[in-house]
Amino acid sequence: MSKIRSDYETSRRAAFRRYVSGEEDLKSIDYMPMFEKQIAEEKKEDERATEHYLVPPLKDPMEDAKLHAELLGMKWFRRLYVVMSVALCLCIIGAMVYNVAFMPAFGGTDAPTNNEVSERYLEKGQEETGVVNMVTGLILQYRGFDTFGETHVLFIATIAVMILLRMGKKEIPEEVDGEESEGDVILRTIARFLVPMILLFGLYVLVNGHLSPGGGFSGGAVIGAGLILYSAAFGFTSTARFFNEKIYDILKVGSLGLYSLLIIYYLFTGANGIDSVVPLGKVGAIISSGLILPINVLVGIEVACTMYAFYALFRKGGL
Amino acid sequence: MEFVRNFPFFCIMLAMVSGPVSSVLSGKKARVLSLSVVTICEILSIATLYYTLDLDGPFVYTMGRFPAPFGNEIRVGVLEAFMATSFCLIMLLSLTGGLKYLVKDVPEEKMNLYFIMINLLLASLLVLIYTNDLFTGYVFVEINTISACGLIMIRGWGRNILAATKYMIMSLLGSGLVLISVSIIYGITGHLLMHNVHEAVLKIVAEDTYTEPLMLAVGLFSVGIAIKSALFPFHAWLPDAYSYSTCSSSSILSSLVSKGYILFLLKFIYRVVGTDVFRLSGADDVLFIFGIVGMIMGSVDAIQQTDMRRMIAFSSIAQIGYIYMGFGLGVEAGMVAAVFHILAHASAKSMLFVSANGLAEVSGQSMNYRNLRGSGLRNRSAGAAFVVGSLSMVGIPLFAGFTSKVYFAKAAMNAVTTKEIITLIALAISTVLNAMYFIRMAISVFTPKMNEEYEDERFRTGTVYRLSVVVFVVIVMILGVFSNPIFDWIERGLTEFS
Repeated sequence: MSKIRSDYETSRRAAFRRYVSGEEDLKSIDYMPMFEKQIAEEKKEDERATEHYLVPPLKDPMEDAKLHAELLGMKWFRRLYVVMSVALCLCIIGAMVYNVAFMPAFGGTDAPTNNEVSERYLEKGQEETGVVNMVTGLILQYRGFDTFGETHVLFIATIAVMILLRMGKKEIPEEVDGEESEGDVILRTIARFLVPMILLFGLYVLVNGHLSPGGGFSGGAVIGAGLILYSAAFGFTSTARFFNEKIYDILKVGSLGLYSLLIIYYLFTGANGIDSVVPLGKVGAIISSGLILPINVLVGIEVACTMYAFYALFRKGGL
Repeated sequence: MEFVRNFPFFCIMLAMVSGPVSSVLSGKKARVLSLSVVTICEILSIATLYYTLDLDGPFVYTMGRFPAPFGNEIRVGVLEAFMATSFCLIMLLSLTGGLKYLVKDVPEEKMNLYFIMINLLLASLLVLIYTNDLFTGYVFVEINTISACGLIMIRGWGRNILAATKYMIMSLLGSGLVLISVSIIYGITGHLLMHNVHEAVLKIVAEDTYTEPLMLAVGLFSVGIAIKSALFPFHAWLPDAYSYSTCSSSSILSSLVSKGYILFLLKFIYRVVGTDVFRLSGADDVLFIFGIVGMIMGSVDAIQQTDMRRMIAFSSIAQIGYIYMGFGLGVEAGMVAAVFHILAHASAKSMLFVSANGLAEVSGQSMNYRNLRGSGLRNRSAGAAFVVGSLSMVGIPLFAGFTSKVYFAKAAMNAVTTKEIITLIALAISTVLNAMYFIRMAISVFTPKMNEEYEDERFRTGTVYRLSVVVFVVIVMILGVFSNPIFDWIERGLTEFS
């Protein structure tokens, strides 16, 4: 009887039964003869002690050889991997290049993109939205919802970086501030001269978004660059006098909140056919084109905050 | 216009506005805000569903002052409203079920950031469900990707950062392909609105003008979405991302994030290119093959895991394979079954993650199956939920998984003979493989330990946890037993799509 029993113990059926009852790992079934049970028992003990061990303990030479073969396999796999990925990329590039031959000619007059949609944007855009710069009218009025989403992409990107880099209040090292307030003389002299001009230019691009090329996204980026230059030259301490975490929060949430309110008003009245109370004004004047000007300014604030926040988060892990 | 037509718009805006607002709130207040926003969205979606059921067809809501091809719009039909309802409900339950673990896993100063991610994720899911515009869809795919990344790395372990990096790389590759596809489509049709694109596509196919770019665009879009939703050969990012993040994150990621992309693909197939052109391009055969391989390989990988959450994560790959297999069958019934399986999998998988966390809690936070022995006896509600989830995954009658498997099999009967045979065989193999790891785990969870250490310690779960688990079980049972009206809605919705 005992012989039959030991047969059963080593059989795959018993192993499967042990697997089902959770006593055994499926991987260990195949290559674990019974006489090695003692070793396996010890190994299991080790495993229990360090549950997520990184390097398996090497015990007998057989295992060493196995590991060697495995590493060799890995090496081949890596080579194959490189070859395959290059081949895949070439395939995709080939498909794209092949595709270009069949696409409508870029800028051609009979291209499908020159249809009634772009015609209406160009012909009626000024009258319907009150802007001179049609791009602004397109992104903030005709496709205002897309742009609203795009602004939130920027916002959520800052938040994602914050999750990664924001440290608690105590963790921000004090020395960083001290070190950086001693800026370079050349940098400081030039920054003193350049920063006001950059900020002014950014402001110009921002408020003229509906009249000339530019708008919220580009103007905000310019202002953000000015802020970054200022804090690089004069250190975070002096920047914090007018732009610290509190002001950042107020500006960011204030601008996004107001933007949301304006866009909700715009979308809601538009969808329900209610007349908007905001006048479009005279085309070409600075204060004209209804909601576009305030939205441009708000988007600009949000973009500038995002730019500066990225810089501050990467430099010292907080604003 | 009736006021109820504004509800989908309100849902989207509420979720989007609550994001920035949460960034100045404390963690606790942000949590309350987020939970109430999800609840309000759920109520509004139910009202929308109720309203659309009485309508003859879907209605269009202009986003702004300018009607369709010039401005943005969303489109609300039975299927959209129903999907929004179920997504909101599952998100709410995942949050309440994982609340306790969230407090433990997420540092207090980052708690409000977590809920910003949740709010914007909800907004992006709703827009992906409702949108009628390809580019709007793409913008919100981006939001979806970044917020999912935030959900993965909020825990701050090295493993989470690694998983988030993997997810980011793969997912951005997918987004890039989708964007290229959208640009090609715009280049050859001159439109972004789904309805107008569809008309132009039919014209292109009839006149054979830009057929090659169109086929490339269809292929790129399908592959892009397949990468983002972890179809078989692109699944390398999934196990880490799902198994090491906090409880709510893993259940939301597995049940909703990937499904949002799949719904966008569904819209693309039906509303943009049309099912005929999609089949003409051959993309459905590719999805079918990889879906079938994924069904088998996902389960084979899952069997080899010793970590329970990794096992559940690998089983997701198999389930995603089912959905793509349904898309690839080439018959209407396959699509219906796939859409139903989106729901069946979403509810059962999020329940499994929530219950797995409950079981680990009473086993010294270990996910190793050896330590989990008898944990179902220590935490009864989690154990019961785990068994229900497992049975649904395997496909036992009364539970959601059974219904979808039956409908997949029925759909296969109408398909081409080769596909029919392959599908039936794959379904059978996959069911056996599923049973091998899920039933085994369920047995193990309810087998008392040899030398019981926690003998007297009866663990008490929180009321919120128990309540959410009970609702999960009810949903899975409803999907399994009263599936007829749901199938009617899905069929009606898909007819309205085309």
